[in-house]
Amino acid sequence: MTITPMLDERFRAAAAAARLLDAAYDVVTDTPIGDLLVGVTDHGVCRIHFDPDAERELESLARQFGPRVLRSAKPVDRVRRQLDEYFAGKRRTFELDWDVRHLPAYNRRVLEQLARVEYGSTTTYGALAAVTGNPRAARAIGTVMNRNPIPIVLPCHRVVGASGKLTGYAGGLERKEQLLRLEGAIL
Amino acid sequence: MIPPFETFYATHRGEVFRYLSSRLGAERAEDAFQETFLRALRAYERLEHGDHLRAWVLTIASRIAIDDVRRRKPQSELPEDIWHEDARPAFEELAPLTDGLPAKERAAVVLRYGYGLGYDEIGGALGSTEAAARQAASAGVRRIRKERA
Repeated sequence: MTITPMLDERFRAAAAAARLLDAAYDVVTDTPIGDLLVGVTDHGVCRIHFDPDAERELESLARQFGPRVLRSAKPVDRVRRQLDEYFAGKRRTFELDWDVRHLPAYNRRVLEQLARVEYGSTTTYGALAAVTGNPRAARAIGTVMNRNPIPIVLPCHRVVGASGKLTGYAGGLERKEQLLRLEGAIL
Repeated sequence: MIPPFETFYATHRGEVFRYLSSRLGAERAEDAFQETFLRALRAYERLEHGDHLRAWVLTIASRIAIDDVRRRKPQSELPEDIWHEDARPAFEELAPLTDGLPAKERAAVVLRYGYGLGYDEIGGALGSTEAAARQAASAGVRRIRKERA
């Protein structure tokens, strides 16, 4: 006798409804750039990860937010819906809170500036360094982008090299190109 | 280090449900299953380490099963065929003997003789020591003998 999918889902929903989770996550499937693992806390979306290798991500979520990490569809629905709309070309801005409280203050400041880079446009590492107080910190900006816990929603794909080269992306350059093409930022 | 709850849940949900089904029948086991893991979730953050999680969650499940049986007994006696002979694990045979014991002794007896856990594991599950677990189990056995004498 094994547990039915219905009972399993019922428990997962009850755990989230009782607000007993430090973080809930689910895999958002069938996006044009593959499956995405999406994590949320009571404060907002806290993680988007490419190529969901669930186990490692779960441990990382548990370290940052607490051990009560559980897959649960409902808490992720809002993010899922907005991502679907974004990938369908029907959404240009995300209306979501995000949870980056575990990040160093510098990273948070940079990500706040990053969030202002508009759909369909790009900026450079140097420009982002300048608006966050140190024009020579382009490399540090690159590191913050590389460790961005919520790509797509915090649009690090819109940050390119000074020459216009795409340079790097934690999810792979191919995805970066796909996202910029979707937004019409490149042809 | 305590594993993410997802990992803990995925590892033990099957066994917990089988245990509850064998004690309560599949239908009532569903509510008890949910209650078991919600209770585990409430206590999870207070755990100090990830050892003995299996014994820990089975102890929670057995307490919930006992409460469920107690709650329902006055209205209707349990049907006799609720424990199917073929599906009945060893610990089931202990239930009628252990249900009257104090909680700690009952848990120690069930974990020792029903699940075959070592006293070190039982001590961990009960939040006490190996010696205390041994003592609780033997006190429980003595009490059962006395009651049946």
